[in-house]
Amino acid sequence: MQHSVRYTILFAALVCVVCAILVSTAAVSLSDLQDANATLDKRKNMLSAAGLIEAGQPVSAQQVEEIFKNIKTVAVDLESGKENTDIDPANYDQQKAQKDPEMSREIPPNPSVIKRLPTYAVVYHVLDDQGQVKMIVLPIEGYGLWGTLYGFLALDADTKTIRGLTYYQHKETPGLGGEVDNPSWKALWPGRVAFDENWEPAIKVIKGKVGPPSEAPHQVDGLSGATITSRGVTNMLDFWLGENGFGPYLENFRKSR
Amino acid sequence: MASPANKAFLDPLLENNPIALQVLGICSALAVTTKLETSIVMCAAVVFVLTLSNFSISLIRDQIPSSIRIIVQLTIIASLVIVADQLLKAYLFEISKQLSVFVGLIITNCIIMGRAEAFAMQNGPALSVADGLGNGFGYSLVLIVTGTIRELFGAGKLMGYSVLPLVTEGGWYNPNGIMLTSAGAFFIIGFLIWGLRTWKPNQIEEEG
Repeated sequence: MQHSVRYTILFAALVCVVCAILVSTAAVSLSDLQDANATLDKRKNMLSAAGLIEAGQPVSAQQVEEIFKNIKTVAVDLESGKENTDIDPANYDQQKAQKDPEMSREIPPNPSVIKRLPTYAVVYHVLDDQGQVKMIVLPIEGYGLWGTLYGFLALDADTKTIRGLTYYQHKETPGLGGEVDNPSWKALWPGRVAFDENWEPAIKVIKGKVGPPSEAPHQVDGLSGATITSRGVTNMLDFWLGENGFGPYLENFRKSR
Repeated sequence: MASPANKAFLDPLLENNPIALQVLGICSALAVTTKLETSIVMCAAVVFVLTLSNFSISLIRDQIPSSIRIIVQLTIIASLVIVADQLLKAYLFEISKQLSVFVGLIITNCIIMGRAEAFAMQNGPALSVADGLGNGFGYSLVLIVTGTIRELFGAGKLMGYSVLPLVTEGGWYNPNGIMLTSAGAFFIIGFLIWGLRTWKPNQIEEEG
């Protein structure tokens, strides 16, 4: 059937409007649930980095809520390394702040390709039964091969013993760099030591077999076939443990104890 | 004789299976079938999109100007896929993370465009729904069989529960790693097609 040009254009416009309404209704009405899921997912990743839940095991939202009662969320001024009590860490979105010129600053070029740093970062304190900090969980990010990897690094209260490393978002090649979220690779991390005697970041992902933490405290076996991702992991740990990252905060934390 | 609606629904299951006979939609059949759970959710998403796209395209088939019919079909399919993706993200977040881009790629699944153009443009809404369901289930049949074989022999599990205890976990079963690779899925689908065509020789293509 032949139709006039006018009819065709009107028809196309109508289809677009109807489809746009359908899509935006779905997106808007489901966004609360999706946000809740994303928050829960992030919390689960943080908990699995801290070794409080086992990765891959089903955990209900309530259980996560329960565990989070023993976790204190702290906003940290990255430059001074001091805790900030003016902002509410529960409602503070670090990734959004990083894009806001008033809430972040530019930093010199670095191998992790981090261009801006937020003024404040959110850090999690895992408390023991007496309310003492037993673990610090730091958010980290940095460039791998295809994009930025986002994850959490859990440190012991001595600020140097690694308790876990987890990535919750990345674009690395499945089966190669994507193995950063393989449980058996993640199991290599706990017990390694992040800093050397002079409190310089020392932890490195290297090629070849590496012994247990007692033999090789500063080294982790790299991912085969993923040299650039492995290097990215080393770079971002170096960055976030260093003076531009959480270095000043960790130093203050050690002094206060 | 079967009624047209029955025929539209039953034919795509075995007689005219979209994957086994027409060899369409192979990409997702390889990608998401490493686990039974992801296979089932993917199937549900495809049945949802295919049935609704067939239905809505059939409803307006006489109004669509033929010069822009493909893009109109694509717009409708794409919108439905986004809705399916949003629903999965809201209600089945863990699985939607594993399916990642493959839900979005339903847009490019040839079965859906193919049924819209070949069937829904010529037939009424009720028949088109039957055709959409039939083709959706035909696709699902192959995916679920493949997903079951791959998860069972590749990881010794079904739906995440251990069925064949693995050697690494103190059992006796040594998993067959090739099942978890795309090549394994190719072999399984190839054997399925071979079996089906041996059973129903009229599906064998003439050598030209």
